[in-house]
Amino acid sequence: MALSEKDVQYVAKLARLEVTEQEVAKYTQQLGNILGYIEEMGKLDTANVEPLTHPLDMKNVFREDVVKPSLTQAEVLSNGPEVQSGHFKVPKIM
Amino acid sequence: MPFEDYEPVIGLEVHCELKTATKLFCGCPTTFGNEANTQVCPVCLGLPGTLPVMNGKAVEFAVKIGHSLNCTIASYSKMDRKNYYYPDLPKAYQVSQYDKPLNYGGYLDIVTKEGTKRIGVTRAHLEEDAGKLVHAGGKSGRLDSSDYSLADYNRGGIPLVEIVSEPDIRSSDEAHAYLTALKSILLYIDVSDCNMEEGSLRCDANVSIRKKGTEKFGTRTEIKNMNSFKFVKQAIEYEIKRQAGVLDKGERVIQESRLWDVTENKTKSMRSKEEAHDYRYFPEPDLVPIILDPAYVQKLKVELPELPGAKRARFETDFGLTPYDAGVLTSEQELGKWFEVGAKLTKNPKGFANWVMGDMAAQMKEQEKELKDLKFDQKKLAELVDIIDAGTINSKQAKEVFLELFNEGVSPAEVVKSKGMAQVSDPKAIEAVVGKVLDENPNVVVDYMGGKQGVIGFLVGKVMQASQGKANPKMVNEIIKKKLDS
Repeated sequence: MALSEKDVQYVAKLARLEVTEQEVAKYTQQLGNILGYIEEMGKLDTANVEPLTHPLDMKNVFREDVVKPSLTQAEVLSNGPEVQSGHFKVPKIM
Repeated sequence: MPFEDYEPVIGLEVHCELKTATKLFCGCPTTFGNEANTQVCPVCLGLPGTLPVMNGKAVEFAVKIGHSLNCTIASYSKMDRKNYYYPDLPKAYQVSQYDKPLNYGGYLDIVTKEGTKRIGVTRAHLEEDAGKLVHAGGKSGRLDSSDYSLADYNRGGIPLVEIVSEPDIRSSDEAHAYLTALKSILLYIDVSDCNMEEGSLRCDANVSIRKKGTEKFGTRTEIKNMNSFKFVKQAIEYEIKRQAGVLDKGERVIQESRLWDVTENKTKSMRSKEEAHDYRYFPEPDLVPIILDPAYVQKLKVELPELPGAKRARFETDFGLTPYDAGVLTSEQELGKWFEVGAKLTKNPKGFANWVMGDMAAQMKEQEKELKDLKFDQKKLAELVDIIDAGTINSKQAKEVFLELFNEGVSPAEVVKSKGMAQVSDPKAIEAVVGKVLDENPNVVVDYMGGKQGVIGFLVGKVMQASQGKANPKMVNEIIKKKLDS
């Protein structure tokens, strides 16, 4: 599957990344190589193989429903670029 | 095309917040209404390097929901990441379930005017709630006119079960019945407080219309922002009419999300600038699969209380109630329990049901009382039902006795005795009064003989008056007829 520059621009947009034209060209090449390599696996017969959804052979890791201390409001907001009355302030959405 | 020739096709998505003490993946509390961003930790804030750990109680509650909706509980389930950028989601993805939901393929029976109808439940999966945004600045706090938004992540990460129905619903009434039945079940099994004002139960509706008799679905719209069952009903009704209008003009319904505007009573296009959603779901690598022991799953099933549907059917059989009455009495678990105790204390459970749903419900509403506030028990109300059935008092007196019972908790037998209410059912005593009334009203008797049967009501009234309302009206009627016709 060949990757197009349009694909790269689309993925960049979904990830909210700003990319220059040169970068698009470069990433199209690089990502195309990676995808091509992964496609090698398509040559294997996986008809009788269950899809793997987790690399670890573990299941049902649950915790008790017991309250633990949260951070203080000041700590929570300490990384916020803009803060107002106990909230994170974010730019206009629409 | 006439409006009646369109058939609505409706599917509902209900988000139900589970009443666990802590969030889905961290130990932050789930209490509603506390100061913004005080129930938040590095995990639910999505800080780098943190790892989520699944709340076992949330899984238990979700499986209970699955059982109560007749779902298959997945032998293998997993969590997935649903990726999108929105400021209510600090991680820029929501941990949800995509292709391996915990519960699937169930159903819910609803009672409508036409009888019982089965609505399919596609799936009921586990996911985390998003944070809350307050749109500020600009005018009136509206999303499209605000200058900025304020984010509070206290709600972010609270466990939700999303219950998706099949598009089996055909009217706003059925949608309302589905939601009522669903809420009732969720309360019975005690997994959510279902408080709509606090957002613990939220509903989106997918609505389309098609020509009656056709199979193919029309283009659907998704209606959001309906925070009461009444609004859901109104919004669906509005949307059906709107879509019919669009089709009648020869135009096409656009697939979009629409918001219910409470002030204008209409749905409005959200005019989202975003292109079609591309959530790029993939398995959540930080959480391992859920592969529940069948014995544990079975144990949760056995432990479920009797559900509203089963209780309703039992009330119909055991107490001779109509489906509607049985539905009302089983809508709330406590009410059902209260009724059942009393229904067994009287020979007339149907009469007992009528008092519970009629005068008792009305007084409770008017005086803002709950079952636990009542000054009387089922035995005393059953006593009233039996006194009425014995013909001791008439229906007007019964209402008076009931008020004494409700307001003061006085036993009906005592009220009847102290107020000298006992209805006169002695034929001789009634005959004497009837004789006197007939003697005093010879003209009326002549009218009756002349064929004016309607005057009998006047005579009954006179006898009741003469007996100060104590005569048994049914007997009065019979005795007057007997005397006049002989």
